Amino acid sequence: MRWSAERWLLTAAAAIVALVTLAPLLWMLSVSFMAPGEAAAFPPPLIPTDPTLANYRELFVTYGIGRYFGNSLALATLATILALIFTVPAGYAFAKLKFKGRDRIFQALVGALVIPGQIGMLPLFLMLKGMGLVNSYAGALVPWLAGIFGIFLVRQYCLSIPDEMLEAARVDGASEGRIFTSIVLPMLTPILVTLALFVFLGSWNDFMWPLIILADQDLYTLPVALAALSREHVQDNELMMAGSVVTTLPVLILFLALQRFYMSGLLAGSVKG
Amino acid sequence: MRRSRAPWLFVSPALLAIGLFFAVPAIASLFLSFTDFDIYALADLANLRFVGLQNYGRLIENPLFWRAMGNTLWFVVIGVPLTVGLSLAAALLVNARTLKWRPVWRVALFAPYVTTLVATAVVWRYLLHTRYGLVNYALGWFGIEPIDWLGSPTASLPAILIFVAWKTFGYNMIIFMAALQTVPHELHEAARIDGAGPWARFRHVTLPAIAPVVLLVSILSVAGFFQLFAEPYVMTQGGPAQSTVTVLYFMYEEGFKWWNLGSGAAVAFILFVMIFAVTMAQLAVARRAERA
Repeated sequence: MRWSAERWLLTAAAAIVALVTLAPLLWMLSVSFMAPGEAAAFPPPLIPTDPTLANYRELFVTYGIGRYFGNSLALATLATILALIFTVPAGYAFAKLKFKGRDRIFQALVGALVIPGQIGMLPLFLMLKGMGLVNSYAGALVPWLAGIFGIFLVRQYCLSIPDEMLEAARVDGASEGRIFTSIVLPMLTPILVTLALFVFLGSWNDFMWPLIILADQDLYTLPVALAALSREHVQDNELMMAGSVVTTLPVLILFLALQRFYMSGLLAGSVKG
Repeated sequence: MRRSRAPWLFVSPALLAIGLFFAVPAIASLFLSFTDFDIYALADLANLRFVGLQNYGRLIENPLFWRAMGNTLWFVVIGVPLTVGLSLAAALLVNARTLKWRPVWRVALFAPYVTTLVATAVVWRYLLHTRYGLVNYALGWFGIEPIDWLGSPTASLPAILIFVAWKTFGYNMIIFMAALQTVPHELHEAARIDGAGPWARFRHVTLPAIAPVVLLVSILSVAGFFQLFAEPYVMTQGGPAQSTVTVLYFMYEEGFKWWNLGSGAAVAFILFVMIFAVTMAQLAVARRAERA
């Protein structure tokens, strides 16, 4: 294709829009390397005059952000594993196994997707309090077990598995469990990556539920710790930018690395309506 | 026997978890809203009483509740058209056939959506700083006086809207892009030959073809704007002068700051009814439009 005037104009427009969109993230990164107080000037400086890691050092040494990082990582990893264990077999069964009431149950689940999770937050809190799970990792993980969206995603994907393949294995005498682990699971790899990515990012970025359920500061996840820190350190611009980088960079990198899987899941999910 | 039991082994863990941690709490929320569950009941369940509709009656008399409802409606009424329009424009731009390096722009515009909400809310609090913020600095080029975004009761809601629009438009954009790719190119060509300009082609070819997706995106956006919580929590703490208290923020404070769990559950239930009603209304409007 030739470089017509229209093409130049469109590409320039896209570049400007992209720059404006990414500016907050680039600015966050740049300010995180500035000396304390440097960003509070007019006009706002865009590049640190003398780049320093002092903010990151302070975050890890004085404020122990490494601990929150570890909490977030552990919770997101556990949430991912648990969500996969609970939702993948169910999604497969709703697509490929026959049992009484299957379609009616599935329809009810899809209908329940319009109910936001926050509706039941207060009773769930009381329930978990009764179970002694408030202020524990277990309490923070509980909502990830009930992932209707995951079941939906896996079911959609499983529908494309040919029935003849499963029948052949059954004729050979394979048990349903064996068929699932040795035939179905290997075929599901792409959707498993997608689902794992969704749950991991969802758990890492989640704020309201960990804020409610985790009262003990030692258990805080990064977003909860960052929100608390930002209330105490309103003036420490550079420090807070470093905290934001530590919180958001891991998920950005993960997304960029596994983009393809993320986008396919997003589109599959949007047709649910 | 073995065959007929197997499917239940596959689905029961998930169904049990959904029942116990999603369905039961959602239904219990309704019951909880008819009780005076508060800090005394939290200490000793013997203090729990059934109070009928009292929580709802008190909410109706509570000015802060109406403030939260009003703010949330403003967020929906301004925010949904804003984000839907913005993301559709972005999708049309990135989808243009003559655009170079399309995947690069797509990822760049989508990136804010996957960032951690709390972290970027913190970033935007500084971007919106009256004296040193980049936003006011950029507006200054156009001769606009500095705006006290987060400190003024009239500017705080637009400030949060700008942040939410920035954070979420990439998600809608991706959905719109997928829809745009299903519009046959021949239709555009035919319209062009008939002498239709870009706007006429958008209005009469593109828009009718993607109308169902516009509706879907609008419904998702309405639900999203009804659920704003971390944004006001981090950026304004509901202020100034309660100008950014949302329904969910109000529920959080009722429930977990003042421990009025009965009243908080009533708020949650009202929120659900509102989301449900708006979704149904949008679907009804779409159905009528389809018939017309």
